[in-house]
Order: sequence, then structure tokens, then C-alpha cells
Amino acid sequence: MHFDAFDRYHESESFIHRLDPRVKVAVTVAFILSNALLPDGAWIAFGFSWLFLLLANLLSNLGVAFTFKRSLIALPFALIAITVLFSIPGKPLTTFHFLMWDLTITDMGLLRFVSILIRSWLSVQMAILLVATARFPDIIHALEHLRVPSILTTIIAFLYRYLFVLADEVFRLLRARESRSAAAPGQKAGRSILWRAGIAGHMAGQLFLRSYERSDRVYNAMLARGYTGHFETINPHELHRLDYLTTALALIAILLLQLVGRL
Amino acid sequence: MHYSPQPLHIPDGFLSLIVSILCWVITVSILGIAISKTNKALGGKQVPLMGVMAAFIFAAQMINFPVAGGTSGHLLGGVLAAITLGPWAGMLVMTAVIIVQALLFQDGGLLVMGANILNMGLVTAAIGYGLYRAVSGRSQTVKLTVAGIAAWLSVMAGALFTSLQLWLSGTSQLQIVIPAMLGVHALIGLGESLITVAALAFIFRSRPDLLGENSESARGSRGWVVAGALISLAVVLLSPLASADPDGLERVAGDLGFLQSGQSAPFQIIPDYSFPILGQTPLSTIFAGIIGIVVVGIIIVLLGQGMRAKS
Amino acid sequence: MTNVLQVHDLHFSYHGGISALRGVSFEMCAGDKVALVGPNGAGKSTLMLHLNGILNGHGAVIVGGQRLTRDNLPVIRAMVGLVFQNPDDQLFSPTVFEDVAFGPLHMGLSMEQVESRVQSALEAVRMSGFRDRLSHHLSVGEKKRIAIATVLSMDPQILVLDEPSAGLDPRARRALINLLRELPITMLVSTHDMNLVEELFPRTIVMDEGQIVADGKTKEILDDEKLLTAHGLEKP
Repeated sequence: MHFDAFDRYHESESFIHRLDPRVKVAVTVAFILSNALLPDGAWIAFGFSWLFLLLANLLSNLGVAFTFKRSLIALPFALIAITVLFSIPGKPLTTFHFLMWDLTITDMGLLRFVSILIRSWLSVQMAILLVATARFPDIIHALEHLRVPSILTTIIAFLYRYLFVLADEVFRLLRARESRSAAAPGQKAGRSILWRAGIAGHMAGQLFLRSYERSDRVYNAMLARGYTGHFETINPHELHRLDYLTTALALIAILLLQLVGRL
Repeated sequence: MHYSPQPLHIPDGFLSLIVSILCWVITVSILGIAISKTNKALGGKQVPLMGVMAAFIFAAQMINFPVAGGTSGHLLGGVLAAITLGPWAGMLVMTAVIIVQALLFQDGGLLVMGANILNMGLVTAAIGYGLYRAVSGRSQTVKLTVAGIAAWLSVMAGALFTSLQLWLSGTSQLQIVIPAMLGVHALIGLGESLITVAALAFIFRSRPDLLGENSESARGSRGWVVAGALISLAVVLLSPLASADPDGLERVAGDLGFLQSGQSAPFQIIPDYSFPILGQTPLSTIFAGIIGIVVVGIIIVLLGQGMRAKS
Repeated sequence: MTNVLQVHDLHFSYHGGISALRGVSFEMCAGDKVALVGPNGAGKSTLMLHLNGILNGHGAVIVGGQRLTRDNLPVIRAMVGLVFQNPDDQLFSPTVFEDVAFGPLHMGLSMEQVESRVQSALEAVRMSGFRDRLSHHLSVGEKKRIAIATVLSMDPQILVLDEPSAGLDPRARRALINLLRELPITMLVSTHDMNLVEELFPRTIVMDEGQIVADGKTKEILDDEKLLTAHGLEKP
């Protein structure tokens, strides 16, 4: 039984899929940065941003609504910004009563709140597209090229490699626990929260030791294949003219976006 | 069983650029030190160890226990990582986990990752290791108790830092975000405490050498104790003060030019966060915070004694 | 002849539409010892996971006269003792005692009852001296026997084992066979070990591609060469 919920990559033949992963990472970051820089209420610029995103969706052959369908993930966090509706001075739009308080939504507050949501919503979609169109090991390579320290990227590579193995183990441990989470008829089961938390902690400790000892075996296997403490990586990625062109076009588009936003 | 996002991961768009950049600067500096220190300490073995440990933390965050009515408690793992691997390696491991969570699952944004790493990876490791190191020579019960308190404080610290970043970005009102975040995380922190202590107790029993005198957990410098203590103190004192007298804090921040958007107009809503008996004073909220710590401490000691009674 | 287990027309597909069980039906009476054989991917493990409600397909699973529903899952789990193939998955507590005690503890029994359950379970698997040992430090064979004890302590009506002899050296395997022979409990055991089947189980169910293709006396099935070859099995 396989645990493959970690595969966010969607295989497909497309212009975007063929781009160098560095380009995809750089454009994603630039896009998110651009969103952050756009002022509140720059609706036209936000609209163009969205068009940029839809175009990227189309070019990836995954369907124009691909990221839209997966974009609701950050929604619960929106609650944290909800106070903005009431706290920014401006023209009052509506007042209502909640428990013991009188809350007034102002126009500036609404503007800011919606702007925050739009920025977040657009940004998370571009991030979703990134991992859907670039294999994770390629993204790690891209990070290395973008000067992320190699120790960190190597740890991430190992993390990814062993994540599935360990997640499988957790999954099976949880399943074993579930199988023995029995009840006698007419009796309350489960004991106290304290006990249950202790069991969970023991499972974590058990998993820790297994992982620790596994890493010993991994290290030995690496030694057996000549590891001396440094990693040599083969660079399979070359930047082609198309990559440069795409990056340039994307950046120009984003810059124009910024201009529109400040008109 | 699927992966679900956790409350402390800030998505893109919720922090202002300045706050984001500031957090990045702090995070990158600290990580730079962590990298150079780790390179020296563990030798060739470090990378497979930290890599597999990072996978462990990630996987361990999926271990849950039912609390009530369908909700469950989880592990964040910063304190566990720091105690078992040492402070610097612990930070790197947590950083790797947070990066992968953001990249692969969009649990946390890309631009605001500096802040997320700071809140969940660096601060938690510092508190965890700092407090634990302070009781380095003591009995196992003491160590477990302190680890438990550290775990709770680490979650509260993460929540506090997150709240401050949101407030300084003009995304949330201080009076609301601090009580809300700290209130919710006071409970989550309890879960973190219990799981961390139980995990450590397990390791003490099966492989005490991993936590003994020659292990990573005992080798860090005493400077960590200072760092951990300072951050903990900040959490304990600052949170209730911030909740009880937010206007004062706002005024100071406004004067220093920290606040982002026009929030200087008088507010129409001022919710209060206070202990029912003592009323709305800073004293009452500090009192609540201390009670929380004492309760956690008692629970941890009982748990520790209960486990020793069995062995 | 009381029915301990009844499975009626069980269907199940995994996410992605892969059909794993395509209409499985069989019954077991108290005291039956049944072997479940078939090639990998036949659906044996999938079927077993339905018996204590880890997986939920279409069709009925009736244990001890009670139909398995979402509400009575915990009660069913006390009646069906499921032991997984890899004992590491089964042992998640620090000491043997705590692992074997988990089931009865969760059920809310008193400490005396828990103690006596643990004791009898460990005796049944011939490991009474292992009470305070750390699960982490046991050998594979020892872990397998403790894993069985962890479900025996719940006093189940039926024991369901997934590949119990896999990975064991000849000595540990012999110990396991003796143990299974002596346990006076209804059991359903999935295995590739045809010698084990011949030695211990009077009745065999053969599964392939999500369906039961044969269900009868072990001797007859093992003599049917055509059947064995058709489903990737070998005569012991």
C-alpha cells in the first residue's frame, strides 16, 4: 500500500514543463513579490496579475482552472486579517452588532481586506503551479543554482527521499494503534487525554530511534559507495535561449503590471 | 489520512514587505551561523543524519492523538529536534521541514518563509535547547519537566512572534490577534508538551546514550541558556502586557514609525483579555500566564513520575 | 455451529479506481483454522483490513453476530485480533508490557484485569519472561510472538494474521508453528508458506484478482495441480 499524497507533480508535455526549473522558481518568486508590491485597491493590476496566472495555467497544459481548483487552501488563514475590516478609518459602510461590540466596516477597511485576500490567493496559485510543473528534485537543483547553501539543499533532498518511507511507517503505526483501539460493550474507552498523548509521544520516540538508526545504515551505504563528506552533483540543466527569453518576457510583463498598479 | 496545514504557517500576502525582509535578514544570519557550526561538529555523518531526522520531524507531525470532539493534538517538533540533535543541527532540520512544507504543500508562503522559519524553527530550537541545557546535570525528572515547559513555551513564542509580525504588517489588530493566537496555542502547546516529554522519556529508556553526557544535547555552549531564558522571559512578560495594554504598545510603535497602515484612529472595538477575578489589568494576564506554566509543570512532573513508576 | 465471522459480497476499490475486492463471501465457525492463500495483489491484505473496519467496502462483515458499522467499530476491534506482517508496525510502546497492555487499557479495564490479561497473553505465546523488556531490542521472531500477544490480550474471538512466518529463520518459524497449533482460537492466516498451510490448516481459501476462487479442504486443494498453477501457487 503506497502513500503517494506527496506527489504534487503533474506529468504533462508543455511549454512550461520544458522550461528550466530555475526559470520557474525565479518567475514564481518574482510574481509573488510583484503581488506584495502592488498597493491596496490596484484592481486593474490585480486583474492583469490574474491574467498572467491564467496564461501560465494554459501554457502548462493542465487546464486553465487547474490552480483555481486547488487555491482554497489558504482560506482559513483569512480570518486572521478580518479585523482590518473594522479598524481602518474611512467612510463607514455598514454597522452591526456582535456580542457586546458595535462593529463598523469602513470602505478603506474593505479595500484592504480584499486586497490582502487577492494577493494571497494569486500567490498561492503560482506556488501550486510551480510544484505541478517541476519535479521536486529539479526544484532542489534550482535552489542550489540560486545559491541556497548546499548543506540545506542536501538535507532537503534526503528529506524528500525518506519522507515517503517514514510517512508509510507512521501510517502503519497509526493503523496498528487503531486496530487495538477497542472498547468493551457498555464501557467508556480511550482512557485519559494524558494517556493518549503519552502513547502518541511514545510512537514519536519509537519513530525517532528507527530513523536515527536508519540514518546510520544510510551513512554506511554512502561510505560503501565512496562518500568522503562532499557531494558531487551532476548538473543536468542547461539554460537555453528559450529560458532566457521567457524569463525576460515574464519580468517585463511583471514590471508593466507594477506600472499599471501605480497609475 | 492526508496532510493538513497547521495554524502557525503564514501564507504569502499577509505580511508587509518590510516585515518579510526584516525576518529574512534575521533568519539568514542565524542560519549562516548554524551552517558553519554544524559543518564543524558532526563530520561526514551529519548530512544523512539531519536529512533522515528532517523526514522524521515531518512524519512525526502526522502522529496525532484525539483530544475531544474530533479535534486532535499534534507535534511541531522544534524542541525535540534541538534537544536530540543539538541547537544548530536542530535549526537546520526544522528549516528544511518548513521549506519543504511551503514548497510542496503551500503550507506557508514563499516570500514570508523567512518569518515562518524564524517563528517555528529558530525560536523554538533556541528555547528548547536553552532551557534544557540549563538543567544539564540534573535528574531525568527535572530534564523531562523542563523539556515539557520548554515545548509549551516554544509554541507560545512562535504564536507571539507570528502575532507581532502580523500586527506590524497592518494585517491584524494587536488586541485581537494576540489573545486569539496565544489562547489557541496555549492548548496546542499543551499537546506539544505532552508528546515531546513522552518521546524523550521513550528515548531515555531505549537509547540513553543519545541523550547522555557525550551526546549533542549536552555539548552546546552555556550561551544557549541565556538565549533560551531571554526569549522565554519575553514570551511570559510581553504577551500578557501586549494583550492588556495594546494601546500603549501601539503608541510606542507608532512613534517609532513601525506601523504600516493608518491605524492611529481610535478603535470602535476594544475586546479584553483578562482573568475574570482580577479584572482588566496587566497583572491579571501575567497571573494567567504563570498559572499556565505551573499547571504544565505539574502535569509534566506527574507524567514523568507515572512513567518511572512503571519502569 | 456458531458463526464467528461472516462476509457477504464484499466489494472495495482503492482511490484511483483500482478494484481490490470483487464480491468476496465466506463464513467461519468457532474453532475453524483457515489458511488464506493467493498471489500478491490478490486482495488478501485488503480483505483482512476489512475485518476490523480499517477499510470500508460495500457489503457486509458480521463478527460474532454483530454487523460491522461505524458506530460499533471499537467493539468489533476487541473481537477481531488483527496482526500485521511487519511486527515493527505493531509494537509502538517502550516495553513489552505496555504494548500488550494497550488493548485492555484502551478498553477501560481495571489495572488488575489488565495485569491478568497481559499475563495470560504472554503465557499463551510462551514469552512470560519478556514483560519488562524493551520492544526495540527484540529479535524478529520474538517481536512476532509479542505482536500476537498484543491482540490476544483483548480476548478476541478470531485471530487474523498476515504472513506470520515471513522473514523468520527455521527455528523461529518452528516456534511459531507450534504456537499457532496450540492456540485454541479461531484463526484466519494469510501466507505464502504452503508447508505451513499443509501442517496447520484443515481448510484453505484461495484468492486471486479480488475474488475467492476456491474454498475447501486443504488436502483437496493442494492436490488440485491445475488450480494451484492457475493462481501462482506451488505444492509444498
